[in-house]
Amino acid sequence: MNQAIISAATEGGTNPLVPNPWEMLVVFAGFAVLMYIVVKYVVPMFEKTYAERAEAIEGGIAKAEKAQAEASAALEEYKQQLTDARAEGNRIREEARAEGAQILAELKEKAASESARISAQAHAQIESERQAAVVSLRTEVGTLATTLASRIVGEALSDDARSARVVDRFLADLENQNAGVAK
Amino acid sequence: MLLVILSVVIIGTFFVIAARKQQLVPGKLQFAGEAAYSFVRNGIAKDIIGGRDFMKYVPLLFTLFFFILVNNIYGAIPLIQLPTFSHVGGAYVLALIVYVTWIGIGIKRNGLKYFKLATVPTGVPFYILPIVVPIEIISNFLVRPVTHSLRLFATMLAGHLIVMISGAGIEYLVMQENVLLKGASVLVLGGAIAMYMLEALIMVLQAYVFTLLTAIYIEGALHADSH
Repeated sequence: MNQAIISAATEGGTNPLVPNPWEMLVVFAGFAVLMYIVVKYVVPMFEKTYAERAEAIEGGIAKAEKAQAEASAALEEYKQQLTDARAEGNRIREEARAEGAQILAELKEKAASESARISAQAHAQIESERQAAVVSLRTEVGTLATTLASRIVGEALSDDARSARVVDRFLADLENQNAGVAK
Repeated sequence: MLLVILSVVIIGTFFVIAARKQQLVPGKLQFAGEAAYSFVRNGIAKDIIGGRDFMKYVPLLFTLFFFILVNNIYGAIPLIQLPTFSHVGGAYVLALIVYVTWIGIGIKRNGLKYFKLATVPTGVPFYILPIVVPIEIISNFLVRPVTHSLRLFATMLAGHLIVMISGAGIEYLVMQENVLLKGASVLVLGGAIAMYMLEALIMVLQAYVFTLLTAIYIEGALHADSH
């Protein structure tokens, strides 16, 4: 039993601290090969994935931030456009109001001047008609009066100059009388 | 010795396959590979060495960890039952690789002044230096590779021995005429299973410790001027 333990411990009677050169060589070669595989393939592949993943995550964040910025820019633009449109609308309304007031004023002015014109025309017409009536009345009344007077007096007042004089005198008297009544 | 070659094949195949079809959203195999890789990369290299230049040493630490891990776990696999590093040769080789590596890094980083930085601690009164400097030389340049290799080798050999002894003990007890002694073999079996579990833990732990110490040595060589 003791022999078995000792032999197990010393691996067949040799000192366990003295290495077997072949063992060392194999371990060294194996380690070197493994190291080569790790350096050449394993680490680069894993690091590539790490970098890609980090980039994907950061890229996603950057993309989201960009989208957010774009969205807020668009919102700003729309708000700006809305404000502009409102201002434009107000401006147009103001303009329309001013224009309407102007048109109204023009129309009023035009109507006033038209009515003044019409009334002036009417006055002139009435005046001229009155003049014509006065003239025609004067002749006709003169004629009728002379005719009547000649009939009553029995004297022919055929002389035009004389009759005109008589009539004028009569009318002047009449007008003087009228003026006296009006006063 | 065939087992060493087998371990290279196992590790190489597994990680190359796991890393080959890389996708941003990993599958099961890729996820396992990435977890193992990032354990060494982030859990050891980045945490211990840190800074910007830890990536340079990730391949070495990664290879060390999985090479030792698989070769240790051989000791927990029935029929194989032989951790490679229960022979001292392999442990010497790995410790020597690490020894050369960290001294090389120290010289490359600090020039020959590195040896002064590594052996003469700052802030120590000059009259103590004759005592401290030899201690530093011995502990850093002579004892360090020895403990580094023997720690791995001794734990593996001890675990191997314990399992072998309990196996032999069970066999011995079962051979006895006395029924009680025969029955006592069950107790030994229970103890052997417990030791087997402990050994499995130590196998993983020693792979981790060896890699961790390597990272600490490299970090010490990189930042020798601040120690």
